[in-house]
Amino acid sequence: MALRQTKEDATTARLEGCSLPEGGSWATAARKSALARLQDMGLPTRRDEYWKFTRPDTLTSSEVPRAAVFDPKDEPPVFDAIDRLKIVFVDGVFDPEASDDLAMAGVKIERLEHAAESDIHWAKELYGKLETNGQTPVQRPLAAMNTAFATDGLIIHVTKKAARPISLIYNHGSDDSDVLLHHVIKVEPGAELTVLENGPAAARFNKVMEVEVCDGAAFHHVRAQGRDHERRAVTHLFGRLGAESTFKSFTLTANGVLTRNEVVLEMIGDDSVAHVAGAALGDGDFHHDDTIFITHDAVNCESRQVFKKVLRNGATGVFQGKILVKAGAQKTDGYQISQALLLDGDSQFLAKPELEIYADDVACSHGSTTGAIDEEALFYLKSRGVPETEAQDLLVKAFLAEAIDEIENEEISEDLTARLEGWLVRRRG
Amino acid sequence: MLEINNLHVKLEEEDKVILKGVSLSIGAGEVHAIMGPNGSGKSTTSYVLSGRDGYEVTEGTVTLNGEDILEMEPEERAAAGLFLAFQYPVEIPGVGNMTFLRTAVNAQRKARGEEEMSAADFLKFIRAKAKTLKIDADMLKRPVNVGFSGGEKKRNEILQMAMLEPKMCILDETDSGLDVDAMKLVAEGVNALRDEGRSFLVITHYQRLLDHIKPDVVHIMADGRIVKTGGPELALEVEHNGYADILAEVA
Repeated sequence: MALRQTKEDATTARLEGCSLPEGGSWATAARKSALARLQDMGLPTRRDEYWKFTRPDTLTSSEVPRAAVFDPKDEPPVFDAIDRLKIVFVDGVFDPEASDDLAMAGVKIERLEHAAESDIHWAKELYGKLETNGQTPVQRPLAAMNTAFATDGLIIHVTKKAARPISLIYNHGSDDSDVLLHHVIKVEPGAELTVLENGPAAARFNKVMEVEVCDGAAFHHVRAQGRDHERRAVTHLFGRLGAESTFKSFTLTANGVLTRNEVVLEMIGDDSVAHVAGAALGDGDFHHDDTIFITHDAVNCESRQVFKKVLRNGATGVFQGKILVKAGAQKTDGYQISQALLLDGDSQFLAKPELEIYADDVACSHGSTTGAIDEEALFYLKSRGVPETEAQDLLVKAFLAEAIDEIENEEISEDLTARLEGWLVRRRG
Repeated sequence: MLEINNLHVKLEEEDKVILKGVSLSIGAGEVHAIMGPNGSGKSTTSYVLSGRDGYEVTEGTVTLNGEDILEMEPEERAAAGLFLAFQYPVEIPGVGNMTFLRTAVNAQRKARGEEEMSAADFLKFIRAKAKTLKIDADMLKRPVNVGFSGGEKKRNEILQMAMLEPKMCILDETDSGLDVDAMKLVAEGVNALRDEGRSFLVITHYQRLLDHIKPDVVHIMADGRIVKTGGPELALEVEHNGYADILAEVA
């Protein structure tokens, strides 16, 4: 097993000099166990099937690839008009000055740094737990690395319906920042929370969010990944869904030289609903990977994956989406669609849709398409006086609309649509 | 208004000549009809005038109010006042009919250096126009032509024409796929737009549309040429005797 040995050596070399963060007995135990997982799996390489379409080397390298910080005045921050509780991180470090007071009825927010020292039994049981579950059947070493080494992040406990969304803002300060953030969220039975995320975060960003959505609870997640074109990011969103719970996540990505967003959901309670969607707009040196894994392990659950990418000037889009229906997960309703609109011949879309079904009474469908702009529609618009670029933007927006429609909150959806329009207009120049 | 002079057109991709010297002069406020058998070049004429890709003009000129339009992009021709009602209106999923129309109206205004229409004014304007064409609010909200019946699509074309207020309107087989009632409705919409400053070129196989939209001049096209020009009575002659007699006569 020369390959395995090479991988082990590379992982050992990479981790040399890295030490686990201090503090907290339960956290230390979780970190140690994550480190053991990581050492056992080894860091991902190009040879790994799961990384076939996305090169992991710049995500695993000891040296951080630099990423210039763009002028924050370049464009108005997304979600600005939304009434929300703002929590700001700069290069992965909590910024109390820029953040709101971390208090909201029915929601307890603590920093990982502090929580690790206190005895929070629910967090103890959750930190690294969903990540561990997510390691089978497919390994996600970068998530284990995050659990082991993340120093900051939030521990959020939701016991009621939160009045406002929690808005996590990740600002980028230094050209070579290398950031690991780990959030743990528990939404208790019947409670509800919306989490917004935006900002480039760092030159290299590794983020894990573990979300336990208890029976009858709802979790909404909307994320915008824009700005700072050179940044690299790998994110993992782990979710566990109880009975009659709802989990909805949407991501809009318009920048970033490399982005890999993994979503790993376990549906363990009957009658739960999970929707995961994304819209990506890539121009030039842009590689965007959505890797989704949804496991149905309960009766009568619905899952939906809707991913759309618009690519031009050599941009690359990847979609690896899987629905796993375990034996006994009858009445499963699974849907998956991934589509790319290639605006030129240089761009490419790589898709690997997968269904694995062990129950006999299920409805699962999946589809994937890659196409160019509809010339007939373009001419029709032009013949009505709409200039070429504007006509193309209109068709691009129309293409992405199915994914954006997945956002339930209209205010947030409009905010992102406006942002999308702004990006399109700027790119005309 | 529209001057077509000795227009020769071939397909870009293959060596096939479609138009072999078409000349036509349409004055302001006039309605001209082009009739002709299948494959005579009627639809190609409309496509070339509107600027569709795939055709190469090898000879001849086309001017709209004295301006050479052959060098213009389709959107520039539209802003200059040209409008083509499509034989097969295109479906555009994801783009609302209303959004589409507002974008088009304002793009043309902008191109002409006019002020854009406010959302409120636009709404008032479109509601009034839609009402006369029996287009309901639902059709305005739906994506452009998606799920529209044949009649709805053609009415939607006329609505666009009414909203854009072009100077030169080309109707490419607008009657195809329409029943008698739908055809009447469409014809009424067109007639409502007749104006001394607005000209029409109506392309059709059949005389029946011309019962409703009365032309001033009728041209018969065959094998890429206008072979005969006359008054409305020429359309009736086609209706009674078919094209064979006329073609034999000019051969």
